[in-house]
Amino acid sequence: MTLSSLLARLPGGIAIGILYGIMALGIYITFRVLKVSDLTVDGSFATGGAVSVMLMLAGVNTWISLLCAFAVGLLCGTVTGLLHTRLNIPIILSSILVQIGLYSVNLRIMQGSALKSISVDKYNLLINVRFVSKTILIGALISLVLIIILYWYFGTEQGSSIRATGNNSAMAKSNGINTATTTLIGLALCNGVVAFAGGLMSQYQGFSDVNQGRGAIVTGLAAIIIGEVLCDIFFKKGSSFWLRLTFVILGGIIYYLIMVLILWLRVDSNDLKLFTAIIVAIFLAIPNFRKGAAE
Amino acid sequence: MLRITDIAKTFNRGTVNEKVAIADLSLTLNDGDFVTVIGSNGAGKSTLLNAIAGTWLTDSGSIMIDDIDITRLPEYKRAKYIGRVFQDPLMGTAADMWIEENLALASRRGERRRLLPGITRSERAEYAEMLKPLNLGLENRLTSKVGLLSGGQRQALTLLMATIKKPRLLLLDEHTAALDPATADKVLKLTDELVSKDSLTTLMITHNMQDAIDYGNRLIMMNEGRIILDIAGEEKKQLTKQQLIDRFNALSDQKLESDDVLLS
Ligand SMILES: Nc1ncnc2c1ncn2[C@@H]1O[C@H](COP(=O)(O)OP(=O)(O)OP(=O)(O)O)[C@@H](O)[C@H]1O
Ligand SMILES: [Mg+2]
Repeated sequence: MTLSSLLARLPGGIAIGILYGIMALGIYITFRVLKVSDLTVDGSFATGGAVSVMLMLAGVNTWISLLCAFAVGLLCGTVTGLLHTRLNIPIILSSILVQIGLYSVNLRIMQGSALKSISVDKYNLLINVRFVSKTILIGALISLVLIIILYWYFGTEQGSSIRATGNNSAMAKSNGINTATTTLIGLALCNGVVAFAGGLMSQYQGFSDVNQGRGAIVTGLAAIIIGEVLCDIFFKKGSSFWLRLTFVILGGIIYYLIMVLILWLRVDSNDLKLFTAIIVAIFLAIPNFRKGAAE
Repeated sequence: MLRITDIAKTFNRGTVNEKVAIADLSLTLNDGDFVTVIGSNGAGKSTLLNAIAGTWLTDSGSIMIDDIDITRLPEYKRAKYIGRVFQDPLMGTAADMWIEENLALASRRGERRRLLPGITRSERAEYAEMLKPLNLGLENRLTSKVGLLSGGQRQALTLLMATIKKPRLLLLDEHTAALDPATADKVLKLTDELVSKDSLTTLMITHNMQDAIDYGNRLIMMNEGRIILDIAGEEKKQLTKQQLIDRFNALSDQKLESDDVLLS
């Protein structure tokens, strides 16, 4: 438990944190823009990993495998969206159904095994634990591009109509917005990004794991909320959208560094999920504390 | 231009809470009619507006705007023809979005939402010009979140949004009821200006009899899901509050046994 052993773990922590941050950008679309809780992501994060790894094992190009992960993620979100908008099943429930169903689908994709390795020596992985600094660089670049795209998209007519739907669906409808469609698009995009991040995570780890997505929603929320609290502390409330998205990535990094710290303190790794829950609870409470202090 | 034929709406049919909110109601509005709607609580006024706007589908009857049958159209498709302001100032705007973004959303009512910029530079200038006459200082706050505005400011903005893309029909449901009297008066004046500027066909529910008399060219009174009084033209101009009260009392005592009262 030396300081140097903690320092040695930091870069890896930052790398994984960025990947979780990217995943959280997807979750931001449902949780903050549409203002719904979409639990599909616990399934689609693993789906993205499975798709990317299996395609690469079959000889497909790295980037194409990641784009396919994105596309399959879109599909996962679309299924949740259809269950919700066409069959009127509440979003929470329809997303849980899809999440559960995806577990089997993921096993199918991985040809029945719960874990599929992909060797960094034999395959041209984009990022990996072997080259952490390159991973951080590429992760940062991908984050940047994604933030630019999201910033542009949510400023378009279509993106604005998704924001309006989340904000006030009565207003959206009375202004001619088909809220079923905007909800569907939002859910699809969320899971597309999450699955893309899942693909990245598998490449980083060198394997896809059917359990990879367990707790993804909570990790994503942690990143979003930590990022928002910090953004509100450093910048005033109502700061611009791209800044808030940037802080989601930072939130992912900080969340995972806290995990690294807890592990370094020799906390039993079985207790890690408990700590995650506690951390998220603390950060959820901070804005209320600050409000209370101001009053 | 609006033709409602024999529509009916019963809530919670088949339960102990069954409620006939609208019973065989027909109403025809002419182009440019500004109709005020009064009636006691639960008379079915809001239900009538919701039926037109498409909040849900009616049980029977038909609703036509011009020659378009909107009876079965979902709400978002009817929005192409209809502008709307709700009683609750929070309902008509997106609180977390900017003033200019709200206006931009409204100015695309009834259009496909494409992947083009949600708001253009020239629009911004237009919106500032539009907001100036309101004298609320909103033209300098285009990038303020609507949630920061007062109820009156939000209702004025909603009114602007509802009329920005000249609707075939404007529906106002007690849109000044949540405001203090002075603000309510301002918003009502603004309503009158916007309506007469484009001669918008309008249905305006109000609980204020004087307002119902002062504004518009036609007045209808509802009771138990029916229209029991429909006054227009000269007769409406001569109308006094006392007359209106007397007629209401007379009509509700008769329990609407004959159809004659509907035509009076
Ligand atoms: N969504 C609904 N579900 C069940 N009952 C409803 C619903 N909407 C309206 N009602 C009932 O229908 C009747 C007519 O209601 P409505 O809101 O149209 O009255 P109103 O004339 O607008 O009254 P107020 O002046 O109080 O706004 C009332 O008895 C009301 O309780
Ligand atoms: Mg009402």
